[in-house]
Amino acid sequence: MARPTKAYIAGVYEHPTRKAVDKTIPQLHAELAAGALADAGLTKEDVDGFFCDGTAPGLGGISMAEYIGLDLKYTDCTETGGSSYIVHVGHAAQAIADGKCNVALISLAGRPRAEGLKTLGARTYGGPPEAGFEMPYGPAVVNTYAMAAMRHMHEFGTTSEQLAWIKVAASHHAQHNEHAVLRDVVTVEDVVNSPMIADPLHRLDCCVISDGGGALVMVSPEIAKSLGDRSVKVLGQGEAIKHLNAGQVNLTYTAGVTSGRIAFEEANLTPADMDYASIYDSFTITVLITLEDLGFCVRGEGGKFVSDGNLISGVGKLPFNTDGGGLCNNHPSNRGSMTKVIEAVRQLRSEAHPAVQVPDCTLALAHGTGGQIGTRSGSATVILGRNDA
Amino acid sequence: MSQTERTYSDPDINMETEAYWESAKKGKLIVKTCKACGKLHYYPRTLCPHCLNSDTDWVEVSGKGTIYTYSVMRRTETPYVIAYVTLEEGVTMLSNIVECDVDGVAVGQAVEVVFRDTEGGYSLPVFRPA
Repeated sequence: MARPTKAYIAGVYEHPTRKAVDKTIPQLHAELAAGALADAGLTKEDVDGFFCDGTAPGLGGISMAEYIGLDLKYTDCTETGGSSYIVHVGHAAQAIADGKCNVALISLAGRPRAEGLKTLGARTYGGPPEAGFEMPYGPAVVNTYAMAAMRHMHEFGTTSEQLAWIKVAASHHAQHNEHAVLRDVVTVEDVVNSPMIADPLHRLDCCVISDGGGALVMVSPEIAKSLGDRSVKVLGQGEAIKHLNAGQVNLTYTAGVTSGRIAFEEANLTPADMDYASIYDSFTITVLITLEDLGFCVRGEGGKFVSDGNLISGVGKLPFNTDGGGLCNNHPSNRGSMTKVIEAVRQLRSEAHPAVQVPDCTLALAHGTGGQIGTRSGSATVILGRNDA
Repeated sequence: MSQTERTYSDPDINMETEAYWESAKKGKLIVKTCKACGKLHYYPRTLCPHCLNSDTDWVEVSGKGTIYTYSVMRRTETPYVIAYVTLEEGVTMLSNIVECDVDGVAVGQAVEVVFRDTEGGYSLPVFRPA
């Protein structure tokens, strides 16, 4: 039996901007807070817990609390890159269950596009000890993911055409999203014929760069009940990290193996139970390896699993990223798991675009990957259920 | 066919890793071994990441290995090959593959270490087809 539901997601908001030349990052955080609270039917005064990543301006969450005007008794700024927000969902659920806070606001904002950030250069955080042994070799974001893809192809025969199906599926969904950066439906041929960026990843294997962000409001079961039936249950959550293991390198899996297992165990559910999945899609290979990690298919079979439209809503067995995902819609601040949770919540509320809404969507998964799967990364998985699940 | 090589930035060096880079200047690739558990590790630390014992020492390795995986970075002025190379001795390190046709690199290919000067005069271990 699943444990009692610790907390609910009562409000979500995805910022409509994709290029925020006229907004500061704190302003984006405040707009996101307002949007998510309005969606929940709550106000700023209700918030007593705040969660943000390490890129939020100021010291931890303190400056943002002041800017937004929050009166807090709980804060958590766990930083695991793009997976941070699903980590925050788990931490907020536990804090609410422990009575440390009742209404938690989780916020992500950034403006890499307005600031002209290119992702070809790798970023380092706080002078990490591995830097001397990596930076001179020119690791970028894309070529480290590419090395994971190259190894997967070598071990399992995965093809560029199979990877391309992931982008094709995302594009089928993005055509219905008026905010999506890329709305044109693409074909497998379009993907494999797009310029090679870092072998074997083509331009269309990569996600978009965009500004903006998203926010979530999480509440206790009692508050969720008072807000009606739009709140979504947090049924299980897991998180884990993986690194180069002292030189015993294996790039064919991520810590999603562990985060997924923990999340499914907590929810007492299996991949086969999921009606919908939001899978972090920094690159096509990220999705393919994650699907194997989470147990949607066996190791090495990801290529077959994603082919022939299997991820397209209304066509395949596992509708994914029905907002168009990071590959086509939005990848705010180069951090993708916030929008993954938001679209999963839309699906469970039957508020996704009608063309991509999964009928009777009851159980959904959202998964984030932070850092780089070709070096070191943090994974987080959350299982969500409709209010009556 | 060899391609023009990119310039190499200086490594970030600290007191834990200085010996590695001094050795590289002499054309020797060294890694850390642990006297307590007997295992090699990479990148080098003072405390062994296998057993957390501080009785670690440097050991020279053959410089021979195979490519675990690689990628050719195309969207730069000078395309270059980044790779993980698994050394004969069993540890895998990030590096570049040089003196090669970038379109002819393969997983499993045998490679050997060579050294390249960095912008600030350090010496960086990279690999070429053996």
